[in-house]
Amino acid sequence: MRNIALLFITLSLFALLVGAFFGTLTGIQYVKPDFLKEVIAFNKMRPFHVSTIIGWIILCATGGIYYYLTHDLKLNLFSKKLASAHLLIFILCIIAIYISLISGNMGGREYLTYAPIISLPILFGWILFGINYFKTTIQQVQGWPVYLWMWGTGIVFMIYHFSEAHFWLIPYFRENFVRDITVQWKSYGSFVGAWNMLVYGTAIFLMSRIKNNEDVSKGKKVFFFYFLGLVNLMLGWAHHTYIIPTQPWVRHLAYAVSMTEWIILISIIMSWRKSLTKHKIEQHHVSYNFLMATDFWVFVNLFLALLISIPTINLFTHGTHITVAHSMGTTIGINTTILLASAFYIVNLEDKGHINRYLKIIKLGFWIFNISLGIFWICLLLGGVEKSIWMYFTENPTPFGEMQTKLLPYMYVFLVAGFGIFIGIMMITIPLLLVLMKRIKNY
Amino acid sequence: MAALIIIFAVYNTFVYTQGTSNTTPKMTALAIEGEKLYQTNNCTACHQLFGLGGYLGPDLTNIISAKNKGSFYVKAFLNSGIKSMPKFNFTEKEQDALVQFLTEVDQCGYYPIYDATIKSTGWVDVKYKNQKVNNND
Repeated sequence: MRNIALLFITLSLFALLVGAFFGTLTGIQYVKPDFLKEVIAFNKMRPFHVSTIIGWIILCATGGIYYYLTHDLKLNLFSKKLASAHLLIFILCIIAIYISLISGNMGGREYLTYAPIISLPILFGWILFGINYFKTTIQQVQGWPVYLWMWGTGIVFMIYHFSEAHFWLIPYFRENFVRDITVQWKSYGSFVGAWNMLVYGTAIFLMSRIKNNEDVSKGKKVFFFYFLGLVNLMLGWAHHTYIIPTQPWVRHLAYAVSMTEWIILISIIMSWRKSLTKHKIEQHHVSYNFLMATDFWVFVNLFLALLISIPTINLFTHGTHITVAHSMGTTIGINTTILLASAFYIVNLEDKGHINRYLKIIKLGFWIFNISLGIFWICLLLGGVEKSIWMYFTENPTPFGEMQTKLLPYMYVFLVAGFGIFIGIMMITIPLLLVLMKRIKNY
Repeated sequence: MAALIIIFAVYNTFVYTQGTSNTTPKMTALAIEGEKLYQTNNCTACHQLFGLGGYLGPDLTNIISAKNKGSFYVKAFLNSGIKSMPKFNFTEKEQDALVQFLTEVDQCGYYPIYDATIKSTGWVDVKYKNQKVNNND
């Protein structure tokens, strides 16, 4: 079983490398639209980047859950065959997605650009994962810690919202554009919430293991925050769509629910202050450092997310690069640092001696990655402010092309920082892959 | 947990029905054909509708009704391949379908919204093309 978990993680790390490479190419095209335009224009390049990075998040989170259930929690997996089938289905789907994107046979929905038929086996894979997860945990664990709840609800909501993202294929939704685009972004907001449940559950699991303290995953306060996150997953999505002419109650409710996340932010600030006095954990210190980076990125991105969830601010930031700063900040800053912490934790357990050889290069990669991400994030914010001024505070706005030219200085720095992120990811990921592949060969 | 599931089911039902109802007529077959073309050519990678989508090209929500723009302007761009636009080869019929899709999107609402009323609570009343929606709900 351990082999299947490690294969999921190895595959995910390849996806991270390839996805970051596509991201760099997409960045070059954003600044120089003629770059590779005749071979593969921006409208075809971007889906390669987006699909591959979503693959990284899903595969790494899934591999981690399989590993932690069987290795750390010492549970007997309900069915190894189902897990193998799950892996095989996802590998075949990855191949099918690339064929779909290369051949141009696309469904063309944002984030799920591939031919929609491929979603059927993906959904089937998630159902197999769900059956295996619940059949394993319900029978063997009494009094679930919060991460088991988070992983479980993450899988269930992923199945629902991934299906919901395909409602556009039903004429009732498709024939009403407002309904179609609202449900599309409802599903996206919530399935990102669902994968966040998988990833944040992993973070809590790691914290409880690294600090050797189960209190992190049990108790009223922990479950209160889990419940708050779940309510936001279900009802808070509409801050993405304040601008769409839906009935106002949809947006009023989203505004109210989104604002409850201030409680989470205040709690983070308080626990951050407490953690400053604690000693640094020596074992699993690379994972610990990544989780500390996560802490920082959660703080700045949650603050930004809360600000842009206020309708008055959202009016001016919606459709600008500030929204991109929010999405990039959360996927790169939060999800990627947690998942890299998870990968290091597992590699450390599997083969500590080997990864220590690369410690210097990993540490350098860690700093290049985080500093580059900071610059990248600030460039997007500044670009967003510039676009917002062009949209709302200019009496006779210049044509769109001229506004884009004005953004170029920010975008050049953004491109260099993006390249820095890619370099940092290579320095962190390649050593992990070398150790993991050696380990898999030995099984 | 059971109560939460029931709330979620009821909430979703309302979103799928009353919450997204409006007086804009059903999309025509030609507009749906245009939307398919918009999707299969992945226009959303670069363009936005209601501020949702890519950032390389302009938002197209009100491109049809905008001053000095409109259907001829859109058609002139479609196969031009200028600047960051890929070189497309849309037929006349396909161009008509795309224009029809954008025309019907345009009828749904405004973006950017210039006639918004900002409230002290942080709320914003937005201007609708669709009068059935009541801001004071």
